[in-house]
Amino acid sequence: MADHAHHDDHGHDSGFHASMKDYVIGFVLSVILTAIPFWLVMTGALHSASATGLVIMGFAAVQIVVHMVYFLHMSPRVEGGQNLLALIFTIILVGIVLSGSLWVMYHMNQNMMPMPATMEGMG
Amino acid sequence: MSSPATTPPSAGTPGDLTAAYYDLNEHAHPDGYSTGLGFWLYLMSDCLIFAMLFATFGVLGGNYAGGEGPKDLFNLKLVAVNTSMLLFSSITYGFAMISMQGRNKGATLGWLFITLLFGLAFLSIEMFEFHELIAEGNGPQRSAFLSSFFTLVGTHGLHVTFGSIWLVTLMVQVGRFGLTAANQRRLQCLSLFWHFLDVVWIGVFTFVYLMGTLR
Repeated sequence: MADHAHHDDHGHDSGFHASMKDYVIGFVLSVILTAIPFWLVMTGALHSASATGLVIMGFAAVQIVVHMVYFLHMSPRVEGGQNLLALIFTIILVGIVLSGSLWVMYHMNQNMMPMPATMEGMG
Repeated sequence: MSSPATTPPSAGTPGDLTAAYYDLNEHAHPDGYSTGLGFWLYLMSDCLIFAMLFATFGVLGGNYAGGEGPKDLFNLKLVAVNTSMLLFSSITYGFAMISMQGRNKGATLGWLFITLLFGLAFLSIEMFEFHELIAEGNGPQRSAFLSSFFTLVGTHGLHVTFGSIWLVTLMVQVGRFGLTAANQRRLQCLSLFWHFLDVVWIGVFTFVYLMGTLR
């Protein structure tokens, strides 16, 4: 039964075939991609908060892709591409939610009437 | 989608679309054939929950209400240790999956147990961090920044907690019934869940801890 599900049924198989190589590559990459942002922030090596912020966001984006490919085995072949389609749709929604919220709320904060009693707490 | 749609005898005109989707050849599907896609869709919806919480933190993360900010509150060394716990648990879960593919029940259980230990270490460190914050009066009710921080990081911690309970459940299952097709499917779902939590954590340590310290 187990063998049947595993070998004979590739059409409906989740397409999941982990290999030691994938996991080791993913792990080494993610250690590097985690260590560098922590090092940059803890030592302040770039001397500029905004530059450091941009660089660590770039590292996070790359690391998310690494995890998706090497740990979550994301590829167009899995489930006939439907997983990838759902992922792309989700990324679009996440992008809208994050950028929309930050954009709208930032401008709302900017356009608020100054209220001395509450302004102190608003960083 | 793969099943051929056949026009039933009662179909109307050739342009009748309702008839085209009427499947007469309903054939049996192997057990759990749609689990992979279904579970992935669940993970994507979970992803949206985290997107909401990240957006909330992004909006409220600067409102300290006159209290302490991330620079004074966060201990980056502790977060680095925590992050490595989760990373180690990801690779050990990967080793469990490789053992599972090699039909090695003992090794699978062993790697799952090590994964559980790393997961529990992660949770303990997080509980310690939360305890320290709350003990110093910086609980979730202190400021909007801390409310959104505790909600976001706490929701992630809750996921890891339930993942750990699931992990124990599957260890009992595999121990009792072996690496059956159903158990392999369950282990693959938990694999996706576990690695997904690691992906969310990348966002947490980058946007909450590291960017917070930069503010």
